Amino acid sequence: MNRTARYVVFGIGCVGLLVLLGSAIRLLPAFGGAWHPYRDMAVAAALLHSTPNVVTSVNFDQRGLDTLAEEAILLASVLGAATLLRPGKDERARKPPGAGRMLHGTRLAGYVFLPVSLILGADVVVHGHLTPGGGFQGGVVLATGLHLLYLADSYPALRRLRPLRWYEYGEAVGMGAVVSLGVAGLLTGAGFLANILPTGGFGQLVSAGTVPLFSIAIGVEVASGVVVLLAGFLAQDLAIARDRSTA
Amino acid sequence: MSLFAYGTGFWLVLVGIFGVVRSRNLIHSVVCVSVAQSGTYVILLAVGYQRGAVAPIFGPGSPPGTPVVDPVVQAMALTDIVVSATVTALLLALVIQVAKRHGTVVPDELHALRG
Repeated sequence: MNRTARYVVFGIGCVGLLVLLGSAIRLLPAFGGAWHPYRDMAVAAALLHSTPNVVTSVNFDQRGLDTLAEEAILLASVLGAATLLRPGKDERARKPPGAGRMLHGTRLAGYVFLPVSLILGADVVVHGHLTPGGGFQGGVVLATGLHLLYLADSYPALRRLRPLRWYEYGEAVGMGAVVSLGVAGLLTGAGFLANILPTGGFGQLVSAGTVPLFSIAIGVEVASGVVVLLAGFLAQDLAIARDRSTA
Repeated sequence: MSLFAYGTGFWLVLVGIFGVVRSRNLIHSVVCVSVAQSGTYVILLAVGYQRGAVAPIFGPGSPPGTPVVDPVVQAMALTDIVVSATVTALLLALVIQVAKRHGTVVPDELHALRG
């Protein structure tokens, strides 16, 4: 299809969609209004299970099955990307370059903030049911924090301190832990991914039943997934060379 | 005000799709898909917003009973941000493979599928 034809098709579709969206806006509740029936039900359910962070309660308690599906999408796309990024037949491993010239300030800042960001990531995961955070956010902080080592030192240093195999296992463990939580709910007769543990006191670290466990499992899954992805892209750029003879 | 808030989201979705349509580079297409996706977050958060309400997290500063914004749409946006980041990574990995096999990342130069 040439460009003009493509623009025409897009234009027709765009106008159609705009008409539909325009009529939808008139039926939507007014922006900023006080009518939120889902909010009222979600807040009541979260307070019933003593989970102060209602967003975490929605993710890991009230709509756990939905989060399991999202986690499966995450696992599938990490698996797909890792498969696509492995070295091809006409490629070979090459020695990655060592550290280049680097400012001492960069190195110092990297080494200071590496442990800080790892602890912050763990904190965000573990306190997900009490304060802003949870497995999704904390997992990303953990995985990206680890790569400060690449910025502050070098790719070989990152490879030494980041055994990739563990993170591949970590992904499987994260997914398996959530499914086990679900099956545990089934075995007690409460239902798949039901909150079966005692919910404890409001605002306590150990409270909200299975929510912190679910959150930690997702944290492991997301952190491992992001590490495996970044490892694939880094290796693609730094540690794989194309064989000139067959290319 | 309704028109402005929801309209911003709709505009982001459409401008993202338009970017994919007129793209001359596969990496540009992937970024445009992300822009269109961000539009859906704006729509979701606009649906859940309430004037004067705080974040749906109760604590010492906001005891239960304080008006909060809708947590359901926030949870949807939150999970999708992380999942869409990994899906974007999958698409970029596909682009790398296309560049290796076909030697180009211009969509118009990819005429037929090759094994």
